[in-house]
Amino acid sequence: MRGLIRRWRTVFGFLLLFLLWEVGVHVFGVREYILPPPSQVVRALVKNWQPVAASAGITALEIVAGYALAIAVSIPLAVGIAFSRAMEETVYPVVVFLQIVPKIAVAPLFIIWFGFGFTPKLLLVFLLSFFPIVIASIAGFRAIDPEIMDFVQTTGACGLRAFAKVRLPYALPEIFTGLKVGAAISATAAVVAEFVASDRGLGYLLLQYNGDLNTQMVFATVMVLGAIGLAVYFAVELLERLAIPWHASQIDRQDEPGLV
Amino acid sequence: MSAAPAAIIARGLAKSFQRRTVTTTALASIDLSVAQGEFVAIVGPSGCGKSTLLRLIAGLLRPSAGEVATNGHAVTRPVTDIGIVFQNPVLLDWRTVLDNVLVQIELRGLRIADYREQAVALLRAVGLGEFLASLPRELSGGMRQRTSIVRALIHDPPLLIMDEPFGALDALTREQMRIDLEALWLRTRKTVLFVTHSIDEAVLLADRVVVMSPRPGRIEQIIDVDLPRPRGIEARQAAVFVETAQRITQIFLARGILHQSRGL
Ligand SMILES: Nc1ncnc2c1ncn2[C@@H]1O[C@H](COP(=O)(O)OP(=O)(O)O)[C@@H](O)[C@H]1O
Ligand SMILES: [Mg+2]
Repeated sequence: MRGLIRRWRTVFGFLLLFLLWEVGVHVFGVREYILPPPSQVVRALVKNWQPVAASAGITALEIVAGYALAIAVSIPLAVGIAFSRAMEETVYPVVVFLQIVPKIAVAPLFIIWFGFGFTPKLLLVFLLSFFPIVIASIAGFRAIDPEIMDFVQTTGACGLRAFAKVRLPYALPEIFTGLKVGAAISATAAVVAEFVASDRGLGYLLLQYNGDLNTQMVFATVMVLGAIGLAVYFAVELLERLAIPWHASQIDRQDEPGLV
Repeated sequence: MSAAPAAIIARGLAKSFQRRTVTTTALASIDLSVAQGEFVAIVGPSGCGKSTLLRLIAGLLRPSAGEVATNGHAVTRPVTDIGIVFQNPVLLDWRTVLDNVLVQIELRGLRIADYREQAVALLRAVGLGEFLASLPRELSGGMRQRTSIVRALIHDPPLLIMDEPFGALDALTREQMRIDLEALWLRTRKTVLFVTHSIDEAVLLADRVVVMSPRPGRIEQIIDVDLPRPRGIEARQAAVFVETAQRITQIFLARGILHQSRGL
């Protein structure tokens, strides 16, 4: 019952936003090519859905593939850095340094190296979502209470068993924080990569519509991009809910007074 | 009858910590022998090396000098036939009370089915029968610490090491835990090494009280407590209790760890 109310409130929040937008545009007489009302954006999207859908498929693939690659590389790397003194002293400083470099700056370079196709997009998504995941995961593995590790040591458990039963679950909340930041960045990364050089994808389409002053379709494309980003984010959140239902971030606060 | 080896023997045990140019001598030359089935308490002001001593005995720390053996085996790496309890219960947030106890078994690679019944029985015995499926965050501090104590006992270790286990609890809960721990000990007769900074608690629980003083940490005196068991609530009124507690207080006074009132 409470969950239902909360969901309705979320939907209501979005409806309110669109309503304000629609009314605002009409009341202030904003020109259509500056800011079209949402009703027209939706109408334009319905009319031109075919090129948008085709581009969305391409961009979504770049996002998902790059993000998946980032997860596949960053978590094992974080494990290595958290558990090996040698790796901590060699690899970790490099990771910290690279994290500070604005990685978007290398996007043009990727074109020289890998051309105009799928690869540079995949790599930019990978590069941008990789760092928040590594940094958060390392923090997660390090945050363990030393007394828990004292206890684990008195059980004589081997490293692998201690990892699976204690260290990994202990780090999961932080890892998921990193995964969510990474998910949010990956859609941005794909569009930027397509801006730099591309002949397909939503980023390319966006530039085309922008060049034509087709503001309605620019907004329509942005909305679709937002939907893709949101879908990835919610997929991670769903996974989080399944993986760490015990964590404070997942607990329904319905017993607390004052939250109506 | 061949004599069983002492539960704990420490000879000349010392530990210094090196931090850049600063060396802290946490513990200087400890000699201690604890018999099988004995309940020994260690009292001393904070920073006198009590935790360090326990960690050396458990093999969680390497001594700078001297040696220690538990149950006849020289300690060279973490001791596994041991149960350990800290001031914080350090339970796993994602596991229920029962599973927090059984993690001991899982980490040891033993068969959970062989221990489940015993885990439930022990949890019932400490009053947690209704909370087997609760998560740690749903329990009070005392209940969490009870879970932690059961976790330290489920694999039936001969030696139980407790580092200020009641230090985070309120006075009432503390008194109850003290009484329950004694009852548990009377049934199982494990060797217990119990660190506290409460003189009362040490005297009420232990067969012998090891009095420590700081800088560097050393054993000041070891005092026998000649009080009949079980030592319920009334034990506090016993002449022996008052006398023994007084003796320990005198040691701290003499060493300048406690002062007569000088006003604040
Ligand atoms: N890992 C460590 N590194 C440096 N100094 C330490 C470390 N552990 C303990 N010490 C020092 O050793 C002394 C004894 O500490 P501890 O055994 O924790 O005392 P207690 O448990 O009696 O309060 C303290 O002065 C403390 O600062
Ligand atoms: Mg201590």
